[in-house]
Amino acid sequence: MKGGGFRIYVLAYLVFLYAPILLLPLFAFNDGTVIAFPLSGFTTKWFAAAAEQPSLWLAVKNSLIIAAASAAISTALGIFAARASTRYEFPLKGGVMGLIMLPLVLPEIIVAVSLLVVLLGLGVNLSILTVILGHVLICTPFAIAILTSAFQSLDRSLEEAAYDLGETGLSTFRLIILPLVMPGIISSLLISFTISLDEFIIAFFLAGTQTTLPIYIFSQFRFPQSVPIIMALGTVLVACSIVLLTIAEYLRRRGLARSGAKDTGGFL
Amino acid sequence: MHSGGEMEQETRWGRFRRSEAAQGYLMVGTPALYAILLLGAPLATIILYSFLTDGYLEIIRDFTFANYREAWTNELYRSVMLRSLWVAAAVTAVTVLLAFPVAYFVSFHVAPDRKSLWLFLITIPFWTSYLIRVFLWKVILGFNGVVNSGLMGLGIIDEPLTFILYNVNAVVITLAHAYAPFAILPIFVALEKIDRSLLEAGQDLGESKVMTFWRVTLPLAMPGVIASVLIVFIPTIGDYVTPALVGGPEGRMVANLIQLQYLKLDNYPLGSAIAVSAMSIVTVVSLIFLFLNRRFLRGPK
Repeated sequence: MKGGGFRIYVLAYLVFLYAPILLLPLFAFNDGTVIAFPLSGFTTKWFAAAAEQPSLWLAVKNSLIIAAASAAISTALGIFAARASTRYEFPLKGGVMGLIMLPLVLPEIIVAVSLLVVLLGLGVNLSILTVILGHVLICTPFAIAILTSAFQSLDRSLEEAAYDLGETGLSTFRLIILPLVMPGIISSLLISFTISLDEFIIAFFLAGTQTTLPIYIFSQFRFPQSVPIIMALGTVLVACSIVLLTIAEYLRRRGLARSGAKDTGGFL
Repeated sequence: MHSGGEMEQETRWGRFRRSEAAQGYLMVGTPALYAILLLGAPLATIILYSFLTDGYLEIIRDFTFANYREAWTNELYRSVMLRSLWVAAAVTAVTVLLAFPVAYFVSFHVAPDRKSLWLFLITIPFWTSYLIRVFLWKVILGFNGVVNSGLMGLGIIDEPLTFILYNVNAVVITLAHAYAPFAILPIFVALEKIDRSLLEAGQDLGESKVMTFWRVTLPLAMPGVIASVLIVFIPTIGDYVTPALVGGPEGRMVANLIQLQYLKLDNYPLGSAIAVSAMSIVTVVSLIFLFLNRRFLRGPK
């Protein structure tokens, strides 16, 4: 096998990447309140305790609403922007696209405070809605990045053939382009959903008195007795996000296979 | 000539409406408007606020540089900003140095049809809840944590190590773990683009493997290295959660300071000045690296 020493280093690196996540289920099922070795027996009581917290369920519900809305809106905006940037040339294109993609290179706290100042200045009440406004802002660049690669792999002659056969611009988009970029749209929805679900600082600033799942977890840091409950919650979250990502990756590959492009790697 | 002016304008407008540029604007219009209203305008607002004066419960419209003077000369604020810069630099260096061999391995030593599986494996931890991961590091590094209980159980140490939690070290470890996948991907993409025949040519011309790496592979991979430096540096310098949760009082960073000014002290002008300063530092560092990148692309002379 080529690169023996390399292989050992890379495996060690993967262990470093995965170690904390592998500890999660270990302590979620551990029958002890202190997170330390040795383990003291198997239990599922922390999962039951987590499920019994009404404030946790409220936070989950809020987070799901915010994530679903942010994913839908940012993917819709992403479709327009990605289509514009891959298909059309227009003056100031770089500047306009640059502004839309700016949140990728801006620390999130700056997005959060600047939105907070403007919303308070306009007299807007902070709620789930204001969190959605902020999350759409940071999810849209990721949606555009994913959708741009979907639109780029489109064969333009298919579109022209449809025009030649008498379809209008709109019907061509619906009948030809949309089905071909559908896997990209779905993976953009899933990625935006995951980003929004996990986002803390913007939600922390813009949620007012509402809580989201990350805000709930953040608030539990102060209580040592709730650590095992957070471990159980984390196990569930990690399992969910692995399932979502596997679906997203599967769809992305199928989309590439369908449009005949070469697989060039991950989402980013 | 003059009588035809109106007609000509109309056809020009008609031509514009059917033109590629108009269709492009029509497409990009909604997302652009969203970004202008909810990102452009708010950023302009905090830049404006940073030059105004803080009054009791209101902002006085007096133009001043006092907020910036305070942000840059006050010992406390300056030390927090310097620490943020230092922590972000340390995290970036550690992350990118550790990531490069992994990206190299996946690009050069993994069969092509298995590369995307490897990348998927590397990215999974990144997509799991960030707060949960920070929580786990707190648990791992804590006084009664996994590291201490493990080491004491093995008899390597007698007393728990205290230098690993609630200080800058803990912040660096946690952030270096959090941004690892982000550093690998751009380097991997750059390595994939390298024409393998160049490497063979290098060795055919009598260079050793090490020299070929040093003189061919590394310079060609530099754009990827610089991209990953920026991708790690920018979010780390503005990170709030990690310093707040594992940093302790010694590990506070600029995001914590901004939050304090806005939400606790209600001093919007000073908070804005600190935020704009942080943004400027990020921009300056990014520009330096982009400039270095251009030098690399032009090649050594």
